[in-house]
Amino acid sequence: MGIPTMPTKVENWKDEVYGNEIREHLMNFAEEGWDAIPDDEHDAWFERFKWWGLYHQRSGQESYFMMRIGTPNGVIEPGQLEVIAEVADEYARGPAENPEFGDAYCDWTTRQSIQLHWIKIEDVPEIFEKLESVGLSTQQACGDSWRNIVGCPVAGKDKHEHIDAWPVAEDLHETFKGDDDYANLPRKWKVSVTGCDEGCGQGDINDLAYEPAEKEIDGETKLGFNVRIGGGLSRKEPRLARDIDVWVPPEKAADIGHGMSALFREYGDREDRFNARIKFLMDEWGPEKMRDVLQEEFVDFELPTAGEDMRDQYTYNAGGNEHGDHVGVHEQPDGNYYVGLDVLVGRMGVDDVYELAELADEYGSGEVRLTQRQNIIVTDVDSDRLDAFLDEPLLEDYSPDPHPFMRGSIACTGTEFCSLSIVETKNRQVRYARWLKDNVELPAGVEDFHIHLSGCTASCAQPQIADISLRGMKTRKDGEPVEAFDIGLGGGLGENPQFADWVEMRVAADEVPGYIENLLDAFKAEREGDETFREFVADRSEEELQALADPEETSYDDPYLGNTKMTWYPYVEDSDMQSSPAPTDANDEPLPSDD
Amino acid sequence: MTTDVHQLDDGAWISVNDSREVNVSDLWLLARSDFCGCETTDFLAEGFVDTGVDYPNIEARIAGRCIACGTEGVTDWLTVGRVIDPESGEFHGVEHSSVHIPAKYRRLDDSEE
Repeated sequence: MGIPTMPTKVENWKDEVYGNEIREHLMNFAEEGWDAIPDDEHDAWFERFKWWGLYHQRSGQESYFMMRIGTPNGVIEPGQLEVIAEVADEYARGPAENPEFGDAYCDWTTRQSIQLHWIKIEDVPEIFEKLESVGLSTQQACGDSWRNIVGCPVAGKDKHEHIDAWPVAEDLHETFKGDDDYANLPRKWKVSVTGCDEGCGQGDINDLAYEPAEKEIDGETKLGFNVRIGGGLSRKEPRLARDIDVWVPPEKAADIGHGMSALFREYGDREDRFNARIKFLMDEWGPEKMRDVLQEEFVDFELPTAGEDMRDQYTYNAGGNEHGDHVGVHEQPDGNYYVGLDVLVGRMGVDDVYELAELADEYGSGEVRLTQRQNIIVTDVDSDRLDAFLDEPLLEDYSPDPHPFMRGSIACTGTEFCSLSIVETKNRQVRYARWLKDNVELPAGVEDFHIHLSGCTASCAQPQIADISLRGMKTRKDGEPVEAFDIGLGGGLGENPQFADWVEMRVAADEVPGYIENLLDAFKAEREGDETFREFVADRSEEELQALADPEETSYDDPYLGNTKMTWYPYVEDSDMQSSPAPTDANDEPLPSDD
Repeated sequence: MTTDVHQLDDGAWISVNDSREVNVSDLWLLARSDFCGCETTDFLAEGFVDTGVDYPNIEARIAGRCIACGTEGVTDWLTVGRVIDPESGEFHGVEHSSVHIPAKYRRLDDSEE
């Protein structure tokens, strides 16, 4: 009565059917076809399908789904990449083509997962069968439960490692995927496990972070993890995970996982989804109460206090040039090499995915890994075949030694498919990166420069932790609405993570490259010695930063300046919403309208 | 039948009777609003916060920003469309680029909850 109608609705749907049991319904709908989903139950079922990795695409693309495959720690085991390519090739082709990427492609995400688009519900049983035949799954890839577990993408293959975090991540994945006790949480639950001393698990922006730490136990120094809680970037409410003064040995990591996610299940806000993430409970309780409640109600052993962490050694995305990503050629402890390849905005055409699967098999163990910077790593390359691998033509497009503007670019899905996005993202970021590479010189010695482009405040491209952060907006140009960006500067991780300062607001999308050019000119002119960009930003007030540079039109041409969200698909000639073929049947043929 | 209204996907859109009807990313012109100091607020809808029914109006409070002055916040109640015949449930959206006047309060409604 007269109160907001939404908050408990999703919870009601989850109470009725949720978790593993959704699969059976999904399979029935798949067998009978799109029309079998009752019209008045669309919202409920689409909310539930997320739990099995299916996300209904945006308005104008009804009956098509994004499918997310969760690969813990980004590990794609030998044999799996080829199957992923086959699934994309056969099932992820829609009614229209993307001008940059063609009509079938895979997206590597910032949470080391895989996203495919234009999936039809009728194909889901066959897709599941194919994926599951090689140990892949879409289970809990979206929805309110344990999401894909992230970590250092080279866990177990890294010289900087103190604990091999891969078995820990794998154990958490196996323990919490499909466990009914944790299947229905108040909201998503994001976990990071890191075993190296470089900080590349990005624990600071996760709900639950395991970070390497040493602890003196009975006179002996032991390696384990410190626990941090409550990080996250969404909804203009970014939070860094906070230290709750707990250390666990690797063999008890799952106990903390049980305890913390049970605490979240019991105390998270189910009345208001906007307030549900544990970062808001952390705001309310603080780390001491969080620890006390965990100890008293959710674990049956005495929690050791925090050990000595390694954060002072963290170099990953820390602003310097030491370790901005995993791109490049790196020796593994076993004498083999891992080769990190740059995938611009994380999207790879399906023919290239097939070829990479073959190369990984031919030169390495067949394993590849996804990074949190949307790139891909071929592991276990024989040292005596390394040069031959590096000479492969595919590596001209996916370089292990890319230009800084190419390697530093991240973009989310955007208005191409996503309901929430305000602007076009991936194709635009491709054009930005190419233009910047051709027209803008970085100051001497700057090898890493991160530009993250996110279509909205959900922050899937993690804009707050980039040198330059772009967040989707609108503005008017000559009176007409155009796509635009708020621009933030100086964000990053490291020992002392820092969220970007939002400095320049509502910049028309076609003036962003000019702004970046002018900004970097100012950086070059005013930089002291080898000062990093992040230090340069940190040393200046907001007013000083605003005075550094202005947006400007340049030779950069932006074909997506108008309202791409008003189209059914932004890149087709007849993009008008009324021209959409959706909803369609299993063969992409328009279904008759109800009218 | 009862008109069923809610926001979904983190406030990305408003569903009316299980049909996606109003999306974020549109610009709304708001008059006589105290959202910001502008005579007319040129408001970018970034997320639907609350939804409700004040028959026949479908209403929402929207998070977003005036793209002229930069003020951020949540609007008062805005009529985003109408369901004139509850039996058919057919939704008629308002033209978002016309001028809208947000209301501070909303009458109690009989929307499903």
